[in-house]
Amino acid sequence: MADKPRQPIETGCPDGFQYMHPTFIKNFGSWKYHERPRPGVLHHVAKSGDEVWTVRVGTQRQLGPYEINLLCDIIDKHADGYVRFTIRSNMEIMVTEESKVEPLIQAFEDAGYPVGGTGPSVTMISHTQGWLHCDIPGTDASGVVKALMDELYHEFKSEEMPNRVHITTSCCQINCGGQGDIAINIQHTKPPKINHDLVANACERPSVVARCPVAAIRPAIVNGKPSLEVDEKKCICCGACFPPCPPMQINDPEHSKLAIWVGGKHSNARSKPSFHKLVAAGIPNNPPRWPEVGSVVKNILKVYKEDATDWERVGDWIDRIGWPRFFELTELPFTKYHIDDWTGSRVNLNASTHIRF
Amino acid sequence: MADKKPKNPKVHSTYLPLDQKNSDKPFHDTPMLDQLESGPWPSFVTGLKRLALESDMMVDLLGQLEHSYKTRLGYWKGGTVSVFGYGGGIIPRFTELMDSKGEPMFPASREFHTLRVQPPPANHYTTDMLRKLSSSWDKYGSGLIAFHGQTGNIMFIGTTSENTQHFFDEINQYGWDLGGAGPCVRTGMSCIGAARCEQSCANEHKIHRLLVNNFMDDMHRPALPYKFKFKVSGCPNDCMNSIHRSDFAVIGTWRDDMKVDQDEVKKFVEAKGQKYMIDNVISRCPTNALSLNDDNTLDVDNRNCVRCMHCINVMTRALSPGDDHGVTLLIGGKRTLKIGDTMGTVIIPFMKLETDEEYARLVGIAEDTIDFFAENALEHERTGEMIERIGLVNFLEGIGIDVDPNMITAPRAGSYVRMDDWDLEAEKWNKRKAEAAAG
Repeated sequence: MADKPRQPIETGCPDGFQYMHPTFIKNFGSWKYHERPRPGVLHHVAKSGDEVWTVRVGTQRQLGPYEINLLCDIIDKHADGYVRFTIRSNMEIMVTEESKVEPLIQAFEDAGYPVGGTGPSVTMISHTQGWLHCDIPGTDASGVVKALMDELYHEFKSEEMPNRVHITTSCCQINCGGQGDIAINIQHTKPPKINHDLVANACERPSVVARCPVAAIRPAIVNGKPSLEVDEKKCICCGACFPPCPPMQINDPEHSKLAIWVGGKHSNARSKPSFHKLVAAGIPNNPPRWPEVGSVVKNILKVYKEDATDWERVGDWIDRIGWPRFFELTELPFTKYHIDDWTGSRVNLNASTHIRF
Repeated sequence: MADKKPKNPKVHSTYLPLDQKNSDKPFHDTPMLDQLESGPWPSFVTGLKRLALESDMMVDLLGQLEHSYKTRLGYWKGGTVSVFGYGGGIIPRFTELMDSKGEPMFPASREFHTLRVQPPPANHYTTDMLRKLSSSWDKYGSGLIAFHGQTGNIMFIGTTSENTQHFFDEINQYGWDLGGAGPCVRTGMSCIGAARCEQSCANEHKIHRLLVNNFMDDMHRPALPYKFKFKVSGCPNDCMNSIHRSDFAVIGTWRDDMKVDQDEVKKFVEAKGQKYMIDNVISRCPTNALSLNDDNTLDVDNRNCVRCMHCINVMTRALSPGDDHGVTLLIGGKRTLKIGDTMGTVIIPFMKLETDEEYARLVGIAEDTIDFFAENALEHERTGEMIERIGLVNFLEGIGIDVDPNMITAPRAGSYVRMDDWDLEAEKWNKRKAEAAAG
C-alpha cells in the first residue's frame, strides 16, 4: 500500500487581515471620504487622518509567473507590497504617500499595463472561460475581451463617460458573465444536433428532459437505441440541454451568433437594479477580433457618451429618453424579436399613451 | 499608443524571448491567436506563449485553442477528478480533439483541469503570497492563474489529475482551501468595504467568512439540489452584484438619518454651481427626499430616503450613511438557466449585526434557507426558481420569517386567491406590531 492519503485541512475562506495593507487594518470601518484625483487613482481619507492612494491597473486576468513577478516587482519597488483584485479583474495597489503615485503609475505603464478603470470610465470587461477552458462555450472569452479592450483602451484610461460602464461577455446563454450596461452574449439560432448513437450512454435522459425550459425534449427510440428527440417548433435554441447531454451539440460555427444587451445595473443608486435588454442580435461569431461586435458596442458607447447626462448609467439614460429614441439614435433595427414573450413579460409592453414625438 | 516600442522590453507585457525555448515540442502555427498579440491591452496570448516556452502542455494548449478559433467550436469535456476527502472544487477538462486513430491531437494538454481556490474576502494579497502561490502552481500545473473567476475563485488553470492532489496538498498546508464546484455552497464574494470604503455599513469580511465557513461540508461534498452562493456588499451600491448574482445577498445599510456636513454641502455647491447640484443631486433622488435651501444647505427627508446611495456617491465629503448600521437580506438571485434571470427578493429588510447573537441569527437564517432549499428544491433548481415555483410565502413560512411590506413593490393586484383565514393573519400582524411597540 502507498502512504495513507493526506486529509484536507478544511480552513475554508482564509482570514484576509493577514494579507491586508496595514493602513486598512488600522482604519478598518473608520473612513471619512474619498475622491478621484485622476483617472485610475482613488484617494481615501480615514477619520484618523491617514490617507491611502489606490492605483487601479488593467490586466489580462490570466496571469503566469512572468506577469505575476513583473507586477509584484513593481509593487515591491514602488509601493508597499500589498495588492488586491477588484470584481472586474483589475489590480489595486495601495500607497500611503501621494509622491509615490506617479512613479507607480509610470512603472505600470512602462511595463505595458494600463492604469484606469475608475469612475465614469469603461472598466475592464468581465469575462468567462470560453474556448480556453469551458466545456460548453459558443465562443471565446479572453479573445473577445482582449479585442474589445484594445478598442476601448482610451475609455479605460480616461473618465469621459456620463457614468461608469460595465461591459460583460458570456460564451453561452446561461450568461455567466452577468448583467451589464452592455452585455455581449452568445445567442444560438438553431436547435441542437443530436448524435443519437451516444445519448443513451452519455446522458441521464430524464434530467435532460427536465432541463428544457420549454418542454421541447422527450425520450424516444431512434435507430433502435434509446435517445432523445427535440420538438424543433417549440425549441428556443437556448442550449440548456447541452451541458447535461453533450451529444446534443448546440454550438455551431455559423449559427451560434452574438447578441448585445444593454441597461443592466447592479447598483441600487437612483433606480433599482435592472436587467439588461436585447438590442442587437445576429452578429457573427468572428474570431480572432470580432470586429462586428466591436463596431456595435462602440456605436452604442458613442451615442451614450453624446446623449446621456452626468451620472446616468446606460439604463438610466434609456429610461429617460425611451426605447424608440434609443433605436433611432443608435440606428439599430427594431424587430419582432425585441418584443418579449417570456413568462411575466407583459409588464414590458407599453400599456399607456406615454409616447414621445 | 498601440504597439509603441517599450522602454525596457525585458520587463514588459509583450516580452517573449522565443530564442529561450526550453520545452521540447515546437510551437504549432497559431495565425489567428497571433493577431491577439498586437494592440495596447496586455495580451493573454503572449502570456500563454511565454508559458509554452517552458511547457509542452502549454504548446499543445495553444494548438487546441487555435483549432477552436479556426473551427469556432470548443473541445473540452468534463469528467470526475477530485482530491482525497473532497467531492468538488475541481473543474476537470479532457480534450475531445482526436485524430483519425482516436488519439488526442494535442496530447500534452489532454488533461487540463482547473482547481478553484477560495481567496480571502475582497481578494487581498501580499506580493509574497502571490509569488508563493504562483511558484507552487508553476511546479504542479501550467503556471496560468485567473484572478478571479465569476464566482470569485482564484482559478488555477491547467494540470493533470495526479498533480491536482499534489498542488492542493502543498497550498492547503499553507492556508488555502478549495472552493465549490457543482451542486453545493459556492465560494463567496465580498467587497473591500470597511477596509477602505467610507460608505461601508457592515463588516463584510466577518460576514463573508462566518457564512461561507459555516458550510464547508456543503461546499466540499456537493449534495444540494444545485449551487448556492453568498455575496456580501457593504452598502446599497452593491459592488459585488449580490442581488443579481447570489442566492443569499447580504447588503449593508443604515436606519437612522444620513449624515450631512452642511459646510461641505455649501463648498460643493460653490465649486460646482447650483445647476449642477440640482441636476445631478437634488433631482436624481428617486423619492424626492432632497431639497436645496436658499443658503445652499441641504434638507433631507430621511423618512422617505430609500438608501439608494446616489447623493452620497456624488458628494463624498458632504454626505455619508448614518450610524445605526445593519444589513438587508435578499434571497434568490441567479443567471438565466433555467427560467430566466431572477433578482434577489428582500426577506429581512433590516437586522443589526453587532452582537454575537445577531451574527448567530444571520448564520441561522442561512442554515434554515439551505435546509429548506435542500429539502424542497427540484434537482438543478436554484433558490430563486424554487421561490418562483412555490411562492415567497411558502418559503418564508418554511424558514420561519414573518411577512413584511418591505418584501414587495406592490400588493397583490388580482382577486383570484383564497383568503378565508384573513382575520387570523390580520391578528398576527396586529400582535407583532403591538409587541414591537412594547419593545
